[in-house]
Amino acid sequence: MSATVSTFEMPRTISSQRRTKDRLFSIALWTSVVIALIPLLLIVYRVVRLGVAAISVNLFAHTALPASLPGGGLKQAFLGTAMIVGLAIAFSVPLGVLTGIYLAEYGSGRIAAVVRFTAEILLSIPSIVAGAFIWALVVVALGNFSALAAGIALTVLMWPIMARATEEVLRLVPTELREGGLALGYPRWRVIMRIVLPTAGAGVFTAIMLAVARGLGETAPVLLTALGNDFVSTNPLKPTDAVPLRVYNYAQSAYPAWRALAWGGALMLLVGVLVLSVTARMLSIRQQRRMR
Amino acid sequence: MREIDVSSLSAWFGSKQVLRDINLGIERGSATAIIGPSGCGKSTLIRCLNRMHEEVRGARVEGKVLFDGEDIYDPRVDPVVIRRRIGMVFQKPNPFPTMSIMENAVAGLKLLGRLPKADLEERGERALRAAGLWEEVKDRLGDPGGRLSGGQQQRLCIARALAVEPDVLLMDEPASALDPASTLRIEELVTELKDRYTVVIVTHNMQQAARVADWTLFMLYGEVVEFGPTNKIFTTPEDQRTEDYVTGRFG
Repeated sequence: MSATVSTFEMPRTISSQRRTKDRLFSIALWTSVVIALIPLLLIVYRVVRLGVAAISVNLFAHTALPASLPGGGLKQAFLGTAMIVGLAIAFSVPLGVLTGIYLAEYGSGRIAAVVRFTAEILLSIPSIVAGAFIWALVVVALGNFSALAAGIALTVLMWPIMARATEEVLRLVPTELREGGLALGYPRWRVIMRIVLPTAGAGVFTAIMLAVARGLGETAPVLLTALGNDFVSTNPLKPTDAVPLRVYNYAQSAYPAWRALAWGGALMLLVGVLVLSVTARMLSIRQQRRMR
Repeated sequence: MREIDVSSLSAWFGSKQVLRDINLGIERGSATAIIGPSGCGKSTLIRCLNRMHEEVRGARVEGKVLFDGEDIYDPRVDPVVIRRRIGMVFQKPNPFPTMSIMENAVAGLKLLGRLPKADLEERGERALRAAGLWEEVKDRLGDPGGRLSGGQQQRLCIARALAVEPDVLLMDEPASALDPASTLRIEELVTELKDRYTVVIVTHNMQQAARVADWTLFMLYGEVVEFGPTNKIFTTPEDQRTEDYVTGRFG
């Protein structure tokens, strides 16, 4: 303990000026949060309220009917979306994850820079451009609209998301682990398969789910490639219905029954995207804990 | 007989030369310590002995490293094969986080093809015993390797390296991230291991070198200053710089 008296005196209380400032900033921040949340809550509230009212066995069990007939549903749209997104997953997961592995583990020099740049550009192109591109490439070549073309269009949108997100999570795996594997005599590909990928596991899965959530709600590219269909189509080479398409069409119709179905479809899309996003979020939090 | 013979070895990171014309012979069944101040190239030298140096982007090596009379830098040699015979333990314990204790111990064995489970576990146990870890983990072999203490993790990494029965064990400051008690355990282990393996250990702790090594190499600015029996290096070194370093005048 020093005997000399300090020239500074610690203030015992916080000055009222600082208190006021603190309060003003707190209020400003909370107001911003509320303003940002209002539209989201309004959308969710309205979709849930009108969507729940539209949910019935018919929604899932019946296909589309003319507005004059009661009991129409969206069965063909749900199945169509499942097929289109399923195809998109089948194409984009191998492509996206492998690109991510390449960028994180092998990618140095010019080729990697070009791939990374391409992925970045694709991330920001408007989805209708992707749809138009695939229309010109696949629909025109095959002679008709199809689930396959829609799956490819969604792949164009989904793989760059997966590639970049996979690259990011693989980069989080410490170099020491790779060296540990190499020093044991693991060839490089085996280090990736047995050590890097399992360690990043949930992160890669999160990347996939976020991309799927994006693909699920896309309307414009599906409109230009799948066209829509009033009946269940199991042939990937034929025109196929999709939930976003039905929502788009029915929402602008004059018939209350169709508009109700649109709300029902919108609610199901919202639930799907929410489940995917929340699961992805939870997995990535758990992953971060394990990495530490 | 010399098991490892290094001649005119130089190494670079990009355009920066970190090793200059290193010559060194390591005898079978001996423990060699590499000492020197930070940044003198100790770790780079040891990483050149099992071709780990080249795994860093932009790294390059010139010169020869004969292992049992064969140049490991011969273009026909597969580095993967070299690394199975020359094991390595790193500064920071790096057990594989997704694998259990036993899976970590036998991780290197899985490469040798499918072994029967009993065989695998027997060899895992032998490696864990050799690393002095068996008694502490035998009741929880299924636990994740990352749940062990730092010192135990490092011994698990030693077990992992020993399980593939290498001829040489390289240790890159294996105790520098550990507490004194764990450090002592590792040092005891090194003295036990050198009867069966050739050990090369990098350390910045001179007492540690004096305690465990038969031979000591003193490096400065990427060059060998002096190499000789540990006793001689620490009591009657020939080079003034060695004497200054071991008596604590710099470094």
